[in-house]
Amino acid sequence: MANLWIRNGRVYDPGQNLDLVASDVLILDGKIAAVGKVEAPAGTPVMEAKGLLVCPGFIDLHVQLGEPGKTSKETIASGTAAAARGGFTTIACTADLEPVNDSAFVSYFIHQKVKEDGRTRVLPIGALTRGMKGEELAEMGSMWEAGVRAVSDSPHSVMNAYVFRKAMDYAKRFNLLVISHAEDANLRGKGVMNEGFHSAKFGLRGIPKAAEELMVARDILLCELTGARLHFAHITAAGSLDRIRSAKKRGLPVTAETTPHHLLLTDEVVGKYDTNTKVLPPLREAADVQALLVALDDGTIDSLSCDHRPQPVEDKQVEYDHAEFGISGLETALGLYMKLVTEKKITLRRVISAMTEAPARIMNIESGSLEVGRPGDVTLVDLNASWQVDKSEFLSRGKNTPFDGWKLPARVRSTVVGGKVAYSL
Amino acid sequence: MTSLTAPNSLGIKSLLGAELLDRGQIDKIIKTAFAFKAASENASPDTVFKNSPLKGKTVALVFFEDSTRTRISFEVAAKRLGANTLIFSPSNSSTKKGETLFDTARTLEAMKPDVIVLRHPSAGTPYHFDQILKVPVVNAGDGFHEHPTQALLDLMTIQEFKGKVEGRNVLIIGDIAHSRVARSNIYALQTMGAKVRVCGPPTLLPPKVENLGVEVFWNLEEAVKGQDVVMLLRIQFERFAGAQAPSKSEYARFFGLNARTIGLCEKDALIMHPGPMNRGLELSTEVADGPQSVILSQVANGVMLRMAVLHLLVGGEVLGGKRG
Repeated sequence: MANLWIRNGRVYDPGQNLDLVASDVLILDGKIAAVGKVEAPAGTPVMEAKGLLVCPGFIDLHVQLGEPGKTSKETIASGTAAAARGGFTTIACTADLEPVNDSAFVSYFIHQKVKEDGRTRVLPIGALTRGMKGEELAEMGSMWEAGVRAVSDSPHSVMNAYVFRKAMDYAKRFNLLVISHAEDANLRGKGVMNEGFHSAKFGLRGIPKAAEELMVARDILLCELTGARLHFAHITAAGSLDRIRSAKKRGLPVTAETTPHHLLLTDEVVGKYDTNTKVLPPLREAADVQALLVALDDGTIDSLSCDHRPQPVEDKQVEYDHAEFGISGLETALGLYMKLVTEKKITLRRVISAMTEAPARIMNIESGSLEVGRPGDVTLVDLNASWQVDKSEFLSRGKNTPFDGWKLPARVRSTVVGGKVAYSL
Repeated sequence: MTSLTAPNSLGIKSLLGAELLDRGQIDKIIKTAFAFKAASENASPDTVFKNSPLKGKTVALVFFEDSTRTRISFEVAAKRLGANTLIFSPSNSSTKKGETLFDTARTLEAMKPDVIVLRHPSAGTPYHFDQILKVPVVNAGDGFHEHPTQALLDLMTIQEFKGKVEGRNVLIIGDIAHSRVARSNIYALQTMGAKVRVCGPPTLLPPKVENLGVEVFWNLEEAVKGQDVVMLLRIQFERFAGAQAPSKSEYARFFGLNARTIGLCEKDALIMHPGPMNRGLELSTEVADGPQSVILSQVANGVMLRMAVLHLLVGGEVLGGKRG
């Protein structure tokens, strides 16, 4: 097992209220052994961290990996390499694979493939319903035995409230987290962008915010009915936040995340018909962005996820109507969040918390903390290294980003998984 | 080829939308269209205009969506300027063939057209072509987004019959949500100083359309009051799938223009329709064939207007000194 002595960094772990200057993190046998001023056993490999922020490894709960079956989008090798470059040490991968991850068989395959090709830890998310068809429950128990800790049909919503309710009830037996892709499919219709002034102007079919809010309201009611742990993926609309805030006040086991692109872009950018702006849920309006920042700050939004959806060029170089949804997000996430920090729209502490301890708590995993005994997952960030996004440098197969050419104020210097260096700039 | 990349008198490479045109550009296009119109009244069409820089060039008419009228209008316009036309009508969108839109655009470019006239069922596609290709692109209708030459020919027609566009009250009735004609007209009319109203059932009005600076009406009888021009839009009932309007007869009853509702407009109000019209649905036959209808003038002006657009985009000079 791997040892590593990370020296002289600013050790920063919001979960433990830790902010230590010129300090060390010692990883022995793949686990955090000591933090602070430490002495390492002779021969321990050293990683110099002077001037760098030393955080618990980042966690992202919403990543599409594409293996098995969708390797034109991403493989486990390329997806975890992209994750490591983005500072992520643990990613949860969605079940929309070919075949769908609705069985222990596929979950085991993913684990095996990660062992062979993976640079980071990967938590497979199981499907909620068989084939993600929204009709019958998937074999959640068998998937749980295969290491699955969360279930979701994302990027599809479960339109049948009865089925979703039963899935939530059943998930309780295995303490599985239920992740809701909150979107009414009928209200979405053939929509390709947010419904509002800009969709009217650009002549594109809109997806109203009510499509999200309606399902958030429904799923909160079902959470109240079942008591199952419920997490809302990629929340975008101000109206959804009010409902989640009030559900939390009532003590319901509800959590929520949002994405970098929903915090930085509005639907106005669709106007050039760049298909890299086509994403689900769609980019919303300035008032929603403002509400998301407030909700992230006050904890209504617990965690940050990229909703990484890599797409091959041929699926994006088409009409806006026909382009696939999605943004390849892993490699720009931290830089984008830090842009918000430098613009004083959110605090550093809140960003790092939403990338570490919060997703760990939601997923009920040990990572996300530099506490002694936890997994030796660490991310080193240079807060003063501005850089320009160049999608051709992406390790992800998906070069689909609306942020190409953007100048970002900070970047990941090294990513350490279980004491091993998974990425170094 | 040199004249095509040289700056033209409009200062734009392509005509993508009416939204992107300013007053001066619209004036130049309409003035030139009137000049072509005046000249064609005095001479046989195929001899007069061949000193345009379009002479001998190739205009590719790329229609991903059926539109016989618009295509023929452009075709006639191109031929009267001495250009060759190349017609490319893929039966469906490129993605259904496994070729990307970008591939299709490059394939077309390899056939060396000098101008591309593009009709496509998806909004924004002319923007993509314009980015990929070096030659000028004329948007001949993209999804629900824009149909700039239709709006410009409508403005030309209003100018012909009403002297000027500025200060006129113009009502657009019908399926605004799914209408490229409505959007282009709203932009062009406002740029030229007209006041625009829209009217239709709330299911067929785009959200926040009032933010485009138009007055919104659900009640036709209120909407027509004081209007100098009434533009009707084609209702494509087959597109509605039941949830947008209950029946044709109910639509005609509440939103169809007839002799009585015309009586509520300004005297001598113009009745316009981009065609093809559904008699008995958007408008009654007596209205369509009545003295206030300028529907056939729109068609005739369409050719002149499209000649002006093609001529100016390839570097032709602005014609017609006084008109407008």
